Amino acid sequence: MADIILEMKSITKEFPGVKALDNVNLVVERGEIHALIGENGAGKSTLMNVLSGIYPADSYTGEIYYNGELCQFKTLKDSEAKGIVIIHQELALIPLLTIGENMFLGNEIKTKAGFIDWDKTYHEAEKHMEQVGLYESAQTLIKDIGTGKQQLVEIAKAFSKNVKLLILDEPTSSLNDEDAKMLLDLLIAFKQEGLTSIIITHKLNEIIYCADKVTIIRDGSTIETLVKGVDDLSEERIIKGMVGRDMEDRYPKRAPCIRPEVLLEVKDWTVHHPLYPERVVDDHISFQVRKGEVVGFSGLQGAGRTELAMSIFGRSYGQNISGELYLNGKKVQLKTPKDAIEHHMAYVTEDRKVNGLVLGESIRFNTTLAAMQKICSKGVIDKDMEVQVTEDMTKAMGTKTPSIEQKVGNLSGGNQQKALLGKWMFTEPDILILDEPTRGIDVGAKYDIYCLVNEMVASGKSVIMISSEMPELLGMCDRIYVMNEGKMLAELDAKTATQESIMSHIIRSTVK
Amino acid sequence: MKKESKFNLVAFMTKYSMVIALAVVFVLFYFLTNGRLLYPQNMSNLMLQNGYVLVMACGMLLCILTGGNIDLSVGSVICLVGGVAAVMITNMGMNPILTIVVCLLIGLVAGVWQGFWIGYVRIPPFITTLAGMFVFRGIGRLVLDSKTVSVQNKTFLNIFTAYIKIPGLDNDDRLLSPILVGILAAAFVMYSTFSSRRSKQKKGYRQNTALSDYGTSAIISIVILLYFFMLSQYKGISVMLLWVVVICLIYNFITSKTAFGRYFYSVGGNEKATKLSGIDTNKVYFIAYANMGLLAGLCGLLCLARVGSVNGQTGTSFEMDAIGSCFIGGASAYGGSGTVGGVVIGALLLGVINMGMSIMGIGDSWQYVVKGGVLLVAVVFDVVSRRKNGG
Repeated sequence: MADIILEMKSITKEFPGVKALDNVNLVVERGEIHALIGENGAGKSTLMNVLSGIYPADSYTGEIYYNGELCQFKTLKDSEAKGIVIIHQELALIPLLTIGENMFLGNEIKTKAGFIDWDKTYHEAEKHMEQVGLYESAQTLIKDIGTGKQQLVEIAKAFSKNVKLLILDEPTSSLNDEDAKMLLDLLIAFKQEGLTSIIITHKLNEIIYCADKVTIIRDGSTIETLVKGVDDLSEERIIKGMVGRDMEDRYPKRAPCIRPEVLLEVKDWTVHHPLYPERVVDDHISFQVRKGEVVGFSGLQGAGRTELAMSIFGRSYGQNISGELYLNGKKVQLKTPKDAIEHHMAYVTEDRKVNGLVLGESIRFNTTLAAMQKICSKGVIDKDMEVQVTEDMTKAMGTKTPSIEQKVGNLSGGNQQKALLGKWMFTEPDILILDEPTRGIDVGAKYDIYCLVNEMVASGKSVIMISSEMPELLGMCDRIYVMNEGKMLAELDAKTATQESIMSHIIRSTVK
Repeated sequence: MKKESKFNLVAFMTKYSMVIALAVVFVLFYFLTNGRLLYPQNMSNLMLQNGYVLVMACGMLLCILTGGNIDLSVGSVICLVGGVAAVMITNMGMNPILTIVVCLLIGLVAGVWQGFWIGYVRIPPFITTLAGMFVFRGIGRLVLDSKTVSVQNKTFLNIFTAYIKIPGLDNDDRLLSPILVGILAAAFVMYSTFSSRRSKQKKGYRQNTALSDYGTSAIISIVILLYFFMLSQYKGISVMLLWVVVICLIYNFITSKTAFGRYFYSVGGNEKATKLSGIDTNKVYFIAYANMGLLAGLCGLLCLARVGSVNGQTGTSFEMDAIGSCFIGGASAYGGSGTVGGVVIGALLLGVINMGMSIMGIGDSWQYVVKGGVLLVAVVFDVVSRRKNGG
């Protein structure tokens, strides 16, 4: 009988408008490295947040058994008390504090009088740092060590909490290959000592290198669990599990309407990170979009697609941007989003709450915000006209709302997305850039958005679609560009491309 | 689409909570002062004493809208501008009109200076204006040479503090012009309600019940009539009142009817989304603070004219009254919401409390305690009621 440390039974977690997890089951044995894999948004991180108590026990349905005992964690502290520690993708360290201070943040070691016992803090910190092979002074500031070592500090911190089950969410995404391998070797070494780990990653080569079992999650459901030595644990097999899904009538048909004229052409576009100028986010990217064409951009998170789109949209991302931009064959310089809007470009952000909508304001306020001049004469707003155009746009988008005075923050995800689309359609764009246009919204709203895309291109306009959902790109696009780590990998004809062919381009470039 | 929304007591109370609070405070002090609060002299002084607060608060509202940012330097700019004006007129004998123009420009320059650092270099407003508070106060004292300078120039004082007398309507026995103005203003309020309802009906838009629309405007009209009637009992309409009313109307128009006014709300609501909508957010910050400087300059002149003199302490902590008025009047401490109307109510609420307590002979110290309490209660009420409404 296997020694089960963790069993999650029929976990279902809903967010307003979407089912993030639907009846997920996960069984983890003591002393194994268990990998979770799935596309972006498949529900991996949500599942781990349920496990660690970030989503408290009454916000989902299903049961969690840990060491055979039913657990109902209300907070992160509850799960940590049992030895479950989660390390997030974004490092949660404070740069201006020392390693020791960071490790004991929130569980400070105190003297009898209630003051912090610094000697013991640093002694304990260095003890745990040695465990993970980090030989630094515990009084070094976090900002002075590299990201590889910072990741080790996170693990040492987990040890200071007496970890039994370690969860790592994409631990190697910010590491170079050498540091990544070191980290994986460390996990394998801990496994010998009896530590159980769950690792979430996109990198198949890492899974094949270290995992004992792989659970594949797709669309919020567990698809299958593959066991090393029993099942075929090859990249092809895992990819098939990740992407294999039905592609019935989820995408409306459209008659081909591509015209020969090139509307947008980008040449040698290079973008540097806004904070770290030495980091190249997009490396000499070239592509073109014809009139009446839907062009997709595929890739994993961090491929540089959003950054590419935003830097083209009036340099709203990055610095030291170089490269050439042609609209209708004419070279243009778009220095601000305003320039881009005036050249009939629209960028619908992937993060509608942060970059897209003013949540505390009405649909009316948001709809007209990017094109105020259309409802103003000499800077004075014509309120009646504003109401009229918003009513029309809301109807055209099919936004479900009691009134256009409704705060957008109170709408469901799908209706927020439609309100955001309405805002950009009101600017009458020739090129519509959609960044993850269907993230977190229900099937019906998705279909409406696809129909809108078809209408756009039917009238000779162009759509660029950035999406992590490959079936969506295959179903909607004419051509698909594949990107990874800031580089353009391939240009595929959507008719002949498959999810496997896209994924294998990405995987091959990651392994290199 | 011709829906008439139903009258809802709770919604009504929340929406007009500050107006109701103002009315309650008014009635309370009316009784506590045995009716002296409503003496025409006191009512006239209420607007004159708080006029400068209203003008400052209009500018401060724009700063607060951008994200709860405040301008700490207002009081110091008042001292600087007041000082320059007093020195130019009294010590140097310069033309009062020229002085006013120069002084408004000085205020604007002070605002532009701060707006540049805040908008284009992105220095936090708190720090920039704290620095401005020290610097402008210091320059003001240098200009005054640490003395008190008074102004007796008739032209200058008349531009801000004279009472309007229209020959034929007003003589020493009776003042008809305030009554006439009051009737015109009340008629305008009623007419604009009527025409807005008619235009909404023509276009088939949703509107409030006739009772609530006409009821509200009738109450406003009655208050206006009563107020102007009182003015007619005591000296008449002051030019200062006109300055204040005109400024409030201008800023009400800017914030509610113009595209640029809307950008302040948008920046405070979500700056990133605003930027991606093609709006120059740096410029929005810049204008907010440049404008605050200009209005602080105007306040400096109003204060000088009302008090008649200026010294190194003039304007100390005036900005706090403006900030308090904004927050009491319902502006969000995180930016993105607040109206000129609300701010006016907030300033009047503080003004009535001050005046009522003064009439009762309660000292300064207690006035501070009560003011602080009112500010906290108002904001707590606002935050809690928002949370309940899921906003």
